[in-house]
Amino acid sequence: MSTVATAVAIMSGLGVLFAAVLAAAQRVFHVEEDPRLEALVDLLPGTNCGACGAPGCAGFADELIAGRTSPGACTVADPETLEEIAGLLGVDVGMAERRVARLKCAGDEGSVRRLAGYAGVPSCRAAVLVDGGGRACPWGCIGLGDCERICSFGAIEMDDGGLPKVDPDKCVACDKCVEECPLDLFVIEPESRRLFVQCNSPLEGEAARAQCSASCDACGRCAADAPDIIEMKDGLPVIHWHREIEPHPRATWRCETGAITWIEQQGDRDG
Amino acid sequence: MALARTSRSTFSRGVHPRDYKAATADKTSEPMPFVREYVLPLSQNIGSASVPIVKAGDRVQRGQQIAVPGGFVSVSLHAPVTGTVTAIEPRPRAGGAMDPSIVLQTDPFSSQRLPTSQPIDIDAWDRDTLLKAIQHAGIVGLGGAAFPLHVKLSPPPDKHFDTVIINGCECEPYLTCDHRIMVERSAALINSTKLLMRLTGANRAIIGIETNKPDAIEALRSIARAPIEVLPLHVKYPQGAERMLIAAAMGPEVPAGKLPVDFGFLVSNAGSAVALGDLIETGKPLIDRMVTVTGPAVAEPKNLLVPIGTSVSAMLDHCGGLLPSARQVVLGGPMMGMSLSRLDVPLVKGASGVLCLDELAPAAGEAGPCIRCSRCVEACPMSLNPSRLVRLARAGRPEDLERSHIASCFECASCSFVCPSGIPLVHWLRIGKALTADRKSKQ
Repeated sequence: MSTVATAVAIMSGLGVLFAAVLAAAQRVFHVEEDPRLEALVDLLPGTNCGACGAPGCAGFADELIAGRTSPGACTVADPETLEEIAGLLGVDVGMAERRVARLKCAGDEGSVRRLAGYAGVPSCRAAVLVDGGGRACPWGCIGLGDCERICSFGAIEMDDGGLPKVDPDKCVACDKCVEECPLDLFVIEPESRRLFVQCNSPLEGEAARAQCSASCDACGRCAADAPDIIEMKDGLPVIHWHREIEPHPRATWRCETGAITWIEQQGDRDG
Repeated sequence: MALARTSRSTFSRGVHPRDYKAATADKTSEPMPFVREYVLPLSQNIGSASVPIVKAGDRVQRGQQIAVPGGFVSVSLHAPVTGTVTAIEPRPRAGGAMDPSIVLQTDPFSSQRLPTSQPIDIDAWDRDTLLKAIQHAGIVGLGGAAFPLHVKLSPPPDKHFDTVIINGCECEPYLTCDHRIMVERSAALINSTKLLMRLTGANRAIIGIETNKPDAIEALRSIARAPIEVLPLHVKYPQGAERMLIAAAMGPEVPAGKLPVDFGFLVSNAGSAVALGDLIETGKPLIDRMVTVTGPAVAEPKNLLVPIGTSVSAMLDHCGGLLPSARQVVLGGPMMGMSLSRLDVPLVKGASGVLCLDELAPAAGEAGPCIRCSRCVEACPMSLNPSRLVRLARAGRPEDLERSHIASCFECASCSFVCPSGIPLVHWLRIGKALTADRKSKQ
């Protein structure tokens, strides 16, 4: 009986002693932390995607408090949240233009010629090592969905034609698909830019059309119709974006393969 | 450093695939007739691509230099026929890429006789001139890697060669082109070996041949005199790999990070040695090579002497065409060759066979799980742990792959060959190598 009592007494005594040490340590080593930090971390989306350039949301909150960035650099949070963050810090939202990932290829199953079957490891990175996975165009999308798997926001989905389809509402321009694609087919573009070249093949004329019916054959009509902003380079149109010149869908009107396109957006029909 | 020879007639680990060489082993080689068009990719060798010195419309003679080396580790290209350059443009090639290539249209009225050129007097020429001549004759290793010969012959100043090893293993199943070269051109091979000894200053030479080629061993033994020795080796794959052959013929294992020259060895494939001999004796550049067209899905398997740039489909046509049972065509051997998705790709210097198969390997999707049986570890000739490397590649961990020495893997596919679960290990290893290369390029 007394053994039990002794043990309880020793353990309780030790507990009290350590509690005292910890309480003292907390006083001595106390770090002053900005109370806004916790509030900011709560407001931020918590996806830790890295699209803002900071290491995760807490890192971004640090940067915000230090004034090295503006709330608008977060591409994930919705506008109301950004307003709230800006209000909390007493700064401008500094809204960055909304950007989305776009695929430089429109060669779906029906368009690109298939030369051979592929039975290797089911990943784009694997297929490029085996004769390009059997599609005729070595520059175009392989369609095995490495981008779909890497996207943490579910913004990319492989469609029936075997091409990744980006949902612009879900895409936060985090750059992961850009890095993942072994053929570098993704680009991050401001959503407001609606003229887009969805082809990556440098081939011209018949050689291009023989591989894929959606390929740019470098006919140059788009450049002729919009000479101010489009220039043909290495078998593809290159769009030069100027503030002064408003792009117009007319550049796409005479494109026979659909390689240059005017991206449809909500509200097009209302206007 | 001269080492005592402790030949074991083979190397450690490795695998024993069936050799399937009977279809072509006894068939005398025949020259491939000229075809209408030749396509020469500018990048055919390890190192930098060649730089064209002709333009569309130019007339060229057979054997004429049409592209010059693009650096030290690069060689020239030569016209395989007399004809006209029709274009320099991207053309499909084995491996899936479209690479800039010189396209030639054959002149149907030309005799296609090689212009007579002077033999090279190797005593009168100094070393640098001689190496330059080898570089400008476009000579590369014909065993598969296409490593420029002149680079191999230029050791660092503090190293020197004491042994020339001629690689006559031809351990890849199905292929018999080196076998035919050793039988049909045995005198030329002995002369070339002597030439290599003089060029390197080596005082002995060994011709390593696997015992499944008894006629080649016999033919060379009857004319080889000391210090050239013909050494029969046990049949095992991948004995034709440089480091494996050194271990088999000489004893020492060349460790990772060291080169054969550190031990005084120069290893040359039998075909490349003969190409060098032809250059020295007749001035002929590398414009053709021996190719084995074989497999259960081609009508008449043959050994062909084919001009570089001939399309795979033309070679198949000359061999009676593909049978209806054909499911897969591979450029090279079954273990290390490249599966083709189109047949209009050209023959390049490093390709030694066209293999036509009537069945496919099981799809990667049907592979079972790794059962940790360690057969791949026992098979790997480089003493790697392929199973672990595959797990790291799947997990996408390039730093760990580098730490586990993925760079030592030369993709011999012994691991895939023995895996009882049918896991395409070598495919994952290549993915792993691509991951480490990506990481390096980002740094």
